[in-house]
Parts: sequence; structure tokens; C-alpha cells
Amino acid sequence: MSGPAPTAPKIRLRGVRKSFGAKPVLQGIDLDVPAGESTVVIGGSGSGKSVTIKCILGLIRADAGRIEVDGTDVTHAGGTQRDALLRRFGMLFQGSALFDSLPVWQNVAFGLIQGRGMKRDEARDIAIQKLAAVGLGPDVGELWPAELSGGMQKRVALARAIASNPEIIFFDEPTTGLDPIMADVINHLIKQCVRDLGATALSITHDMASVRKIADHVAMIYDGRIIWTGRASAIDSSGNPYVDQFVNGRAEGPIQMQIRNI
Amino acid sequence: MSAAPREPVSLISFFLASIGRGVIAFATATGRLTLFTGPAVMRCFVPPFFLRIVLRQMIEIGYYSLPVVGLTALFTGMVLALQSYTGFVRFNAEGAIANVVVLSMTRELGPVLAGLMVAGRVGAAMAAELGTMRVTEQIDALTTLSTNPFKYLIAPRLTAGVLVLPPLVLLDDVIGVMGGWLIAIYKLGFSSGVYLQNTMNFIQFNDVFSGLVKAAVFGFIITLMGCYQGFHSKGGARGVGQATTNAVVSASILILVSDYVLTELFFAR
Repeated sequence: MSGPAPTAPKIRLRGVRKSFGAKPVLQGIDLDVPAGESTVVIGGSGSGKSVTIKCILGLIRADAGRIEVDGTDVTHAGGTQRDALLRRFGMLFQGSALFDSLPVWQNVAFGLIQGRGMKRDEARDIAIQKLAAVGLGPDVGELWPAELSGGMQKRVALARAIASNPEIIFFDEPTTGLDPIMADVINHLIKQCVRDLGATALSITHDMASVRKIADHVAMIYDGRIIWTGRASAIDSSGNPYVDQFVNGRAEGPIQMQIRNI
Repeated sequence: MSAAPREPVSLISFFLASIGRGVIAFATATGRLTLFTGPAVMRCFVPPFFLRIVLRQMIEIGYYSLPVVGLTALFTGMVLALQSYTGFVRFNAEGAIANVVVLSMTRELGPVLAGLMVAGRVGAAMAAELGTMRVTEQIDALTTLSTNPFKYLIAPRLTAGVLVLPPLVLLDDVIGVMGGWLIAIYKLGFSSGVYLQNTMNFIQFNDVFSGLVKAAVFGFIITLMGCYQGFHSKGGARGVGQATTNAVVSASILILVSDYVLTELFFAR
């Protein structure tokens, strides 16, 4: 194998920049996502977490910089190359983003039927399996997304993200808007699914409980740059004042929220 | 004091800047629409065709628009007969009423009024549906599930719009002529046979055909505007509302403009 060395990252970002109008959001992101492990990007609202993963997926075009998956430059991948690439990814959206015009099982099976041309019956069996993997019975498959609670929607979205056994799974704020118990259930499911699939996971969150549960590696994003990376176990002794402030959730510190003084 | 001489300059530059902004905005919108229309149309001719979705959209656009479009046509035909009678009776030309009704309906009012009604009904709904899908990241989700949103969402709607408007307008023509006939025989005292004979004598293939071509073009415009505005909506509920309004307004204006252009193409000598 002349492939990349065992330490080569699954996803590598170098100097990725993105501005919306005159507002720079990403100001040179450098990030390595190790293969087969779970990396979590933490950072405040508006720090560019979501934009980063959307750039990797190609939902947003980066203005500058380089994005590699398995050593291949995919920054400007389009058409069939992008299709082939996206087939290796699964994505859990923040608001679940279930298709409300389709029943639950068709949501889970969507990537299999439309993306891969699998037969409906076969895809349905897999959908039922994946629903079971996230703790939902086959009867849920017949319901509509609007009939489900937020936690159940999140689980269906998770089932959809893992339906095609992707190599890489992205989780966009997986626990936002859930009660602490349901958040823990989702964290547990994420950990389990990633382990069972042997997938590489990249999550973004600002929920520290989630970070402690699912992360192997942590990267902190601030003001459009990655300012700290390390193992999850090192997060409480990072020695970085920004990370300390975020981890402990303090209003005082180097990170100043833009709040107008009254 | 020093601000006084600067004022006319800033006023002029403000004026010029606002023109510039308008031109840039117009060019941006035109470019974006072109970039949207190209792949959208191309995807209509590349398999797979999602026939189930096309059929569902045809029912949504055509069948469910029948009551409102039919009523519009019925009353338009009736009012045409009534109005032209008042004018023509002065010249003892009542016989031309059938002519006026059938030509107006098939050439102009059938397609245009149906187009405007469908734009209000369907264009708005389409923009709202796609806009909601956009702001709830469902369109991004489609992409991550290896499904091209143009292929899955937009091409079936465009196809359905182009296919279903002509038959809808044909029915609309018949209902409109029937409206005129009702008024002519029950209110204006025509004989049914003579009125229908007059109608059939005057009507030519080109009258109906041009109307149906217009209908197909309007179907394209309505679905394109609905999809385009919805697809590019942003900023939550407010953005979706804005997209809905824009879809109806832009479709209506484009229908009226293209109606003139098509009439010119078909009938100008």
C-alpha cells in the first residue's frame, strides 16, 4: 500500500476561508480529522462551526484554502466527483431536516432509494433495521415526521444519516433543543453508531456534556480560526484561556460577547 | 457652514448610487435566474424522471386548479357576451358576439386568466414549500443524500407545469364559450343553434393552438418562478413569505409580458 501513512487524517483543512458579503466567517481554518475517531469542534454561536462542515460537504463553496478527504483535494469537486464523495458521508442536521412530505421509513431509506437506486422493499428492510438501531420500533416507520417529538425526530435523522453505512458522519449540534436525558440518549446512540460502523465522526456543538461523552479529539474554533486542538481528556487542563472560559461557561474572560452596555 | 457646498454633491452621488444599486441588483437577479434556469431545464430531459412526482404535481397544479379556473372562465365568457352585446347592438352586429367570445377566450383570456389564477394558487404554494425546505435545511439534506435537488424537486415541477396547463386551458376555453352561450340564449334571446354555428364558423385552428402554446409557456413561467423564489429564499418565516409574494408577482408580470410577445409572434403581420 502506497497509501497515506496510518497517522494521515481522514479530512484535512488548510487555510479555508469564507466570507459572506463583507463579513468574514472563516479566516483560515486548519483542521485534521483523524480516521476512525470522533472529533468535536466546539465554539460559540456564529464562530463558523456550521460553515466549516458545509464547506467540507460542498454545500457552501470556500473562497480560499484546501480541503482534502483521504489525501484527495475536493475543494472544488463538482458533478460526479462530488456525488461519489457525498455517498461516503452521512450528515445529521441541527433541525433534523426530515422531509415532511415522506413517511419516516422513506426518510430513512431516501439515500438508499434515490441516491443508490436500491429496490424499495430492500431499502425498507434496512430502514426498519436502522430505526431499531436508534431504538425506534417498525410502527414508527409508518408515521409522518410532523407526528414525532423533537427527540424522536433526531433519532430518525440519525437513522437516516447512518442508513447507507457511511465512512464519515457529521453531526451538527446533535443535542441542541433536547432535554438533558434525551440529549444523553442521543449522545449514547452517536457513540454506539460511530463505533459499530467504524466511521470517522466530526461533530460541532457547544454542549459540553455532549463533548465529554462523544469526543476523542476536541478542536476549539474562535473568530473563524481553530485556536486549540487536543485530546478530549486534556480539555480541562488545556492551559488556553479561551478554552477554559468556554469549557467552564464563564461570561468573563478573553472571549467577549458582543452585547451592548446599557 | 462647511457642509453647505457639499450637499448638492452628496445628493447627486446618492442619486447615482441608488441607480447603480438598482442596475447591479437587476443584473444579479437576471444572472442568478439564468444560472438557475439552465440546469433546471436540462434536468427535465435527463433520466431518471421521477414520474410519480410529476404525476402528483400535475394533479396538484391542474386538477385542483379546475374549480377556480373554471369559475373564472365561466364568468369571463358571460361578461364578454353581455358587454359586447351592448356595443354591437348599436350597429346591428349582434351576430358577432359569438365571434368575440370565442376569439377572446381561446386567444387571450383563457390562457392569461388561467395563468394568473394558477400563479396565485400554485406558484405561491410552490415557493412556500421549497422555501420552507430551504430554511429547514431539507434541500441541503437532499444533497447530502446524493440526490440532486434540481433533479428531484425542480425538474418534475417544471415538467408538470408545462404538460398540464394546455389541457387545463383547453377546458377553460370550452367553459368560457359555454358562459357566453348561456348569456346569449337565456338573456339575449339568441337561438342556440345559430350561436354555436357562428362560434364554429369563426374559430380557426391557430386561435386555439396559439392559446395552448401560451398555456405551456405560462406553465413554465409559474413553476419556474415558484421554484426559483423558494429555492433562493432565506431568513426563516419572513424570507419564505417574501419568496411567496415574489413568486406570484414575478410570475404574473412575466405572464403578461410573454403574452404580448407570443401574440406578436403568432399574429403580427
